[in-house]
Amino acid sequence: MEPVIAKIALPVNWYITLSVVLFCIGVLGVLIRRNAIIVFMCVELMLNAVNLLMVAFSNYLGDAAGQVFVFFVLVVAAAEVAVGLAILMMVYRSIGTTDISFLNKLKW
Amino acid sequence: MNADLLTEYAFYGLSFLAIACALMVVLSRNPVHSVLYLIMTFFCIGGHYLLLNAQFLFAVHIMVYAGAIMVLFLYVIMMLNLNKESEPRREFMTKLLFALPAGLLVLVLSGAVGANAEMTIQGGQQIGLVENLGDVLFKQFLLPFEISSVLFLAGMVGAVLLGKREVK
Repeated sequence: MEPVIAKIALPVNWYITLSVVLFCIGVLGVLIRRNAIIVFMCVELMLNAVNLLMVAFSNYLGDAAGQVFVFFVLVVAAAEVAVGLAILMMVYRSIGTTDISFLNKLKW
Repeated sequence: MNADLLTEYAFYGLSFLAIACALMVVLSRNPVHSVLYLIMTFFCIGGHYLLLNAQFLFAVHIMVYAGAIMVLFLYVIMMLNLNKESEPRREFMTKLLFALPAGLLVLVLSGAVGANAEMTIQGGQQIGLVENLGDVLFKQFLLPFEISSVLFLAGMVGAVLLGKREVK
């Protein structure tokens, strides 16, 4: 298999900026949405922003370790989603909503 | 049109689409629409992986994220019957108040990027191919790889136990 694009000439700053913007959109979503599932999705968005940055640096530095780390992030994200959605289903069964302002049982 | 310019246009297009779709994830009121926009965002990020010569990661990303994880989200949202009407909303002023720190975070982080670090591509362009990645994964990162499989198993058992109505 040959590489699709042999050489890229883009400055690495562009990728850093794009990742920053995507990460901050994820932060914004966690802050302003009240549906717990949407909050989860915004966490996924943040993880993906970091993944993109790791792939960019891995490519620019010529080191495959960055891309291997992306695999581990992928694994942890998948496990997190499975357990998190199971917890959400439990919460929905017991209190009948996924609104995070009702999830105040752990509040001191 | 030379290849560099084409790459540049592809970067702009994919970035614009990714940011627009990510914003729509946060802003759309219907949770199902949020999921669909997030899938679009993941496809755009996958396009960036292709631009960065990470072909195998592109395939894995599309399969795992757009294929598996987002289907799980969509399934749960449909099972809980969440729609536009049941969606909780914050006050507009609260939203504005929360948007302010997020915007400031963009400013601070992109200000840190503004140092204009020049970085040229080092090494070969073959690192994103599966034989090279597998080589690194199974030689340098064998222990983390095995531990992550244990983590996966624990997550699976946890999800099954949580999903049971009554644990006997």
